Amino acid sequence: MSFLKQTMIVGAALMLSVSAQAADDKPAVVFDMGGKFDKSFNQGVFEGAERFKKETGVAYREFEVTNETQREQAIRKMAQRGRSPIVGVGFAQASAIEAVAKEFPDLKFTIIDGFVELPNVQAVLFKEEEGSFLVGILAAMASKTGKVGYIGGMDIPLIRAFGCGYEQGAKYANPSVEVIQNMTGTTPAAWNDPGRGSELTKGQVDRGADVIYAAAGGTGVGVYQAAKDAGKLAIGVDSNQNHLHPGTMLTSMVKRVDVAAYNSFKTGGDGTWKSGVQSLGLKEGGVDWALDDNNRSLITAAMEKRVSQAKADIIAGKIKVHDYRSNNSCK
Amino acid sequence: MEDTFMFAVLTLDATLRVSTPLIFCAMAGLFSERSGIIDISLEGKMLSAAFIAASVAAVTGSAWLALVAAICVASGLALLHGFACITHKGNHVVSGVAINILASGLTVVLGISWFQRGGQTPSLPSSARFMPIEFPFTDALNGTPLLGTIYKELLSGHNILVYLAFLVVPLTWWVVFQTRFGLRLRAVGENPTAVDTAGISVSGLRYRAVLICGLLTGFAGAYLAIAQNAGFVRDMTAGQGYIALAALIFGKWRPFSAFAACLLFGLLDAIAIRLQGVHLAGVGEVPVELIQALPYILTVILLAGFIGKAVAPKAIGQPYLKER
Repeated sequence: MSFLKQTMIVGAALMLSVSAQAADDKPAVVFDMGGKFDKSFNQGVFEGAERFKKETGVAYREFEVTNETQREQAIRKMAQRGRSPIVGVGFAQASAIEAVAKEFPDLKFTIIDGFVELPNVQAVLFKEEEGSFLVGILAAMASKTGKVGYIGGMDIPLIRAFGCGYEQGAKYANPSVEVIQNMTGTTPAAWNDPGRGSELTKGQVDRGADVIYAAAGGTGVGVYQAAKDAGKLAIGVDSNQNHLHPGTMLTSMVKRVDVAAYNSFKTGGDGTWKSGVQSLGLKEGGVDWALDDNNRSLITAAMEKRVSQAKADIIAGKIKVHDYRSNNSCK
Repeated sequence: MEDTFMFAVLTLDATLRVSTPLIFCAMAGLFSERSGIIDISLEGKMLSAAFIAASVAAVTGSAWLALVAAICVASGLALLHGFACITHKGNHVVSGVAINILASGLTVVLGISWFQRGGQTPSLPSSARFMPIEFPFTDALNGTPLLGTIYKELLSGHNILVYLAFLVVPLTWWVVFQTRFGLRLRAVGENPTAVDTAGISVSGLRYRAVLICGLLTGFAGAYLAIAQNAGFVRDMTAGQGYIALAALIFGKWRPFSAFAACLLFGLLDAIAIRLQGVHLAGVGEVPVELIQALPYILTVILLAGFIGKAVAPKAIGQPYLKER
């Protein structure tokens, strides 16, 4: 009796989900190191996936990678289960996605923040330099010492691109500003080392920086805390991190990874999913700066006006922000 | 000149902060290893202590309660290590690795179930942490050249655990080399049979040693979670337990030498942090990779050329078996 009941419930649930989405819609996501609660990049994807689940009622499978060798295993496991689309989070999963996508040409793969060119892979890239340019303007305008800092996670071209855009923005607002740049490390452990983040921040504060921008995943938590302890301003990244320390978080450079994840899941279900490379900048709403109740008091009218103007100019093509990745140099 | 002096003082200041957990851990390892118990579980004990400290501080808002809880948990794990290695004569390395793996996994699992933040604990307010202590007269001395700067930047303005770490070193030396307990502790690590013949319990001594070890790693963990940072993050010890162990061997199992090794590692780290992205005259910008490899390169050079042979306590890693 109870077995019958259970079967009926499961059957009903299945029918419901089928009616909501196409039959082959079995999305999955593989989070990268840093974890889905890094208050930053992975968490953005997680929020997008959760939003999809809430709206459509379709459950997704997820896996959190805790060391480098698991990436390909996890993605392959999802593929073997027939999951599609499979979303890989972060540039580091690009090679794993590429390998598995070749083995499973019938499944759909999405790589967020990585570049893979295959007929069944959708690569979503962001123009981080544009968003960083905007927060660079804010940093230079908020700085009293004329020195601003940048702390990157792992030393890779992507993270250099954040710093490069930031520097261009800061120099745009104040040509004499000095930008101090640090990288946390050269291994993936650099994404999750708040102690080192805090030390680097103290080092930059000692050298005179009073606004510090971190693009370092979980390491950023230590950066923002140290900035707060020293009474300096910090700028968050990827997700809107203004709420972490209201009053000392100047703003956040938001990368709408949640939208990317949501769109991939959504279009995967309704058949409009397209492969190929997308590059989302200010124009496409892929990156932006965050203004909310938590940082309203830190942003003056002049700052807001200047940054809005710069945003419009970038969209109109009047300001060209150089991308570090185009020639591996910030010149 | 002024700049160089300031750079030096601030680098030394960072050295103190970075080397504090290493010092606690190295002294912890010293007690354990001098009694003959290999302890590679410093890392795991420190991590568990950090997690509990952050959790208790988040719930109660008291840094002192958090410190006590951290010490209890680290001591508990130390006793577990002792139970495996002393009572059951298990392999010390295996037991140590098991504790490290247990700590790495369990902290995240408990963190997820307690706080629903993926293994992180909530960010702590200043009142639930050990905050920097400003010494009196810093402002009065501020005008004095050199001395004023050193007093203000270097000596003053650390949290209480940093000062404690620096007190633990002479204390360790005194206990290990000046007391009867210390004499027996060293003897049990060199020749447990002799100690047993003298009518002293080998197990009792070793249990006391691992308990002290647990206590000190508790301080190290609490420092990481509620003094240096404001919360727990997965695997936040980042290998510092192993570095402390290296410092202990580097210092030939002697308190002051191990202390010096900890400071050296801390100094290299502090320099590495500050040299990054700085343009040196004639060299240009120093590559990040080189800066970060510097501590390891120097360690190898020093170990190979200058330190000489490090001789471990003779009975280390061997379970004591009475003749049947």
